[in-house]
Amino acid sequence: MFPAAFDYIAPGALDEVLSLLGQHGDDAKVLAGGQSLIPLLKLRFAAPVIVIDIGRVDGLEGISRENGHVRIGARTRHRDVESATDLRGTLDVLLDAAPLISDPLIRNMGTVGGSICHADPAGDWGAVMLAVGAEFVVKSAGEERVLPAAGFFQGPFTTGLQSNEVMTEIRIPVGSGKSGGTYLKLERKVGDFASVAAAVHIVLGGDGRVASAGIGLCAVGAHSIKATAAEAALVGQEPTDDVIAAAARLAGDAAEPKADIRGSAEYKRDVARVFVQRGLHTAIDRAQGAAA
Amino acid sequence: MKVTFEINGTAKSVDVEPRTLVVDLIRTKLGMTGTHIGCDTSNCGACTVLLDGRPVKSCTLLAPMLEGKKVTTVEGLAKGGKLDSIQVGFHEEHGLQCGFCTPGMMLVGKALIEANPHPTEDEIRWGISGNICRCTGYMNIVKAIQHAAAANATENTAGVA
Repeated sequence: MFPAAFDYIAPGALDEVLSLLGQHGDDAKVLAGGQSLIPLLKLRFAAPVIVIDIGRVDGLEGISRENGHVRIGARTRHRDVESATDLRGTLDVLLDAAPLISDPLIRNMGTVGGSICHADPAGDWGAVMLAVGAEFVVKSAGEERVLPAAGFFQGPFTTGLQSNEVMTEIRIPVGSGKSGGTYLKLERKVGDFASVAAAVHIVLGGDGRVASAGIGLCAVGAHSIKATAAEAALVGQEPTDDVIAAAARLAGDAAEPKADIRGSAEYKRDVARVFVQRGLHTAIDRAQGAAA
Repeated sequence: MKVTFEINGTAKSVDVEPRTLVVDLIRTKLGMTGTHIGCDTSNCGACTVLLDGRPVKSCTLLAPMLEGKKVTTVEGLAKGGKLDSIQVGFHEEHGLQCGFCTPGMMLVGKALIEANPHPTEDEIRWGISGNICRCTGYMNIVKAIQHAAAANATENTAGVA
């Protein structure tokens, strides 16, 4: 298999990328790690006129902390999140999710921003970003927008990103409270897409009650799903077993799975419920053990 | 378009269509057929090469992405007629049956023990989880990588009084 012919350009500066995107719009595709785009090109599901490789643009990689945020450059590889062990205790869910994305070779090339923009309903980062309340910095020529993860995922492979925009950075707010989280994924075999996965991120207040709760669901709908009713049922509550079980049922209700080779809709919905319940227990245990 | 990179220590400058996949460039244009095409869908790892030292799937890379990079294929493992320790490991431990996955397994194994000289069995199994052996000869592949890690450790301490 090989892709249909396209023009290729690898600008050295972001301005040039933005100018090309402004000029070519829907005829262009941005190439980062290529681990989603290249398979699509080979299958000819995508046949762009021009591929704009952002691999040579400086300043798009790396993880840093700044002004109450963890900033992840959009072209940061999955592997680099996997090895960012200093995120443990702050953003457990990222560290738990990263090693479960595909296989080690794909993680060496694939990028966080690329995966988010690709917006596969079974992509792991979407659910994680919804759980941690991430914001996405997207740029076009002369303009910058900051889009919340909530609302960004609109359908299969469809996002709030315009055709003249490129994602440059992911910003995740990190507060002063005690936080904990985790990512649970059911896959048929190691390295597979999720049959069902759930991302959980909890912040506890000084009184031990839930200050904020984030729950993202993966592979149980047309796009990554934020389980908002379940989140609301936790906030302000003491995280008892009953409160957690009730929130998990609401998360299961938020799932919109379809039956396929990976299982029936009923089964997947229940896996989502069970994963959220287990995930909340782990997240809360971790938050209770964490330093403020 | 022109793409300039290094492969197994040799500088190359080739003229390619941008849509050329790296595995095809290596096999067809450069005539090095040690890198295999298995699934052609990013699943099996038969096409594994090292890109700046990290294993990647060359069926899922476009040739222009090699610009300025260093590529290592299985042909680059042996140096001056001397087998690399990972090759010796696969030989000694019978780490191959049909041999189709072997180039990829050896490159992943080499990168793994360079990053982590004393991997546990679990770490080895996790490290090769992107490479499929259809003979299912994983037991000996794990032993082969352990053999190479042990040989490297011995070599690194040899001569230290």
